[in-house]
Amino acid sequence: MNQAMNLDLSFYTWGLFHDFILKGLLFSLTLTLVASVGGTFFGTGLALMRRSSVAWMRITAATYVNVMRSVPLVMVILWFYLLVPFLIGKPIGAEWSAFITFTAFEAAYFSEIVRSGLQSVGVGQTNAAKALGLSHTQALRYVVLPQAFRNMVPVLLTQTIALFQDTSLVYAIGAYDLLKGFETAGKNYGRPIEVYMMAALVYFVICFALSRAVKAMTKERVGAA
Amino acid sequence: MIEIQHVSKWYGQFQVLKDCTTRVDKGEVVVVCGPSGSGKSTLIKTVNALESIQQGKILLGDISVHDPKTDQAALRSRVGMVFQNFELFPHLSVLDNLMLAPQKVLNRSESEAKAKALAYLDRVGLAAHSHKFPSQLSGGQQQRVAIARALCMDPQAMLFDEPTSALDPEMVGEVLEVMVGLAHDGMTMMVVTHEMGFARQVSDRVIFMDAGAILEDCTTTEFFGNPAARAERTQVFLSKVMGHQTA
Repeated sequence: MNQAMNLDLSFYTWGLFHDFILKGLLFSLTLTLVASVGGTFFGTGLALMRRSSVAWMRITAATYVNVMRSVPLVMVILWFYLLVPFLIGKPIGAEWSAFITFTAFEAAYFSEIVRSGLQSVGVGQTNAAKALGLSHTQALRYVVLPQAFRNMVPVLLTQTIALFQDTSLVYAIGAYDLLKGFETAGKNYGRPIEVYMMAALVYFVICFALSRAVKAMTKERVGAA
Repeated sequence: MIEIQHVSKWYGQFQVLKDCTTRVDKGEVVVVCGPSGSGKSTLIKTVNALESIQQGKILLGDISVHDPKTDQAALRSRVGMVFQNFELFPHLSVLDNLMLAPQKVLNRSESEAKAKALAYLDRVGLAAHSHKFPSQLSGGQQQRVAIARALCMDPQAMLFDEPTSALDPEMVGEVLEVMVGLAHDGMTMMVVTHEMGFARQVSDRVIFMDAGAILEDCTTTEFFGNPAARAERTQVFLSKVMGHQTA
């Protein structure tokens, strides 16, 4: 029998969503939020380290970023999940493992965005801030970083959309995310094709809506400038 | 007030400042001129340590500017600087541009900082624009805001780095007018500029630089009154600049 020709959509109900999908959706969104906020925070730290006048700081940050950007995310997820319990002597849950790994991984990518954001603010601005007596830290906090972040918001959001898609990689360690929710439902109803179709649709709707929002935001800013 | 003693600076092998020595006394207005690339902008930026030096010494009052023990941020807060490209903070309103440093550096209260900011905006004729953002102002207006921003710190001296070079010709006058007013009030000023009219009208001394060295350092009367006594390089520069200005 050709299953694809006999789609059964009768089980697309609130019960399906509530019993299987909701939990996964919440986890995927939480993971995206934690990793993007944490990634921006630590990424800013890394970007500032790379501009530091202290050599070991520059080298440490550059090494970290380059290593993280050279390995596949799924490998980092697996390594962390398997190695850390070995090192600390007790198992670490799949959820916690995902939060930490994604934050650490995204920090490397966000740091490159922050770095170019910082570069987009001219040295004249730093000089003007310094000439007024602001310390290095104050110049960064009140003059350079606000402008840098304003310039980078569209790229940060685009990276966050990619991050949301990447959260599906936690399947490797068995965490219950959005995709896992669909997969579980598919097994339960014995209808994997219909369920994966719906999964694709849900990912598409969320990501497309977000990218349209970014586009609208960018356009609005260009209009205002 | 400002003493520059045998200052030299290199970018790699290239020497941008060659044994520069001069001074600006309290209440004095000194104009620094010279062809582009002569090192005049670099020299003025060494005064508040935005540029480092490799040899020599700069004294501000009795503080050695480039001494590693000197708190350069505190020192800069006492010297105002105005830049060629204004460098207003584009993400802040005009008022916030003026209130940032007084609040964060001098720990003034918001109301105190605001009162002072509005007073200086009024002085440069822009009180009505306090709520606007820099991008909504003309170049001349932006530069006047930048001057007001520096004045809000109650500086002991003001440094001007080509304040009118990036302006459309019709906006030069409004900025010079503010600077003339400051000079008449007795502000100590070091001004890098090509505006020879300004130099003649308000400066006490004129310094001419070429290829990183100070070629002339004399009173304004002497500088303009006795061109034959000037170095050949100075005469060439003057004939070009003055010819351009009368044309």
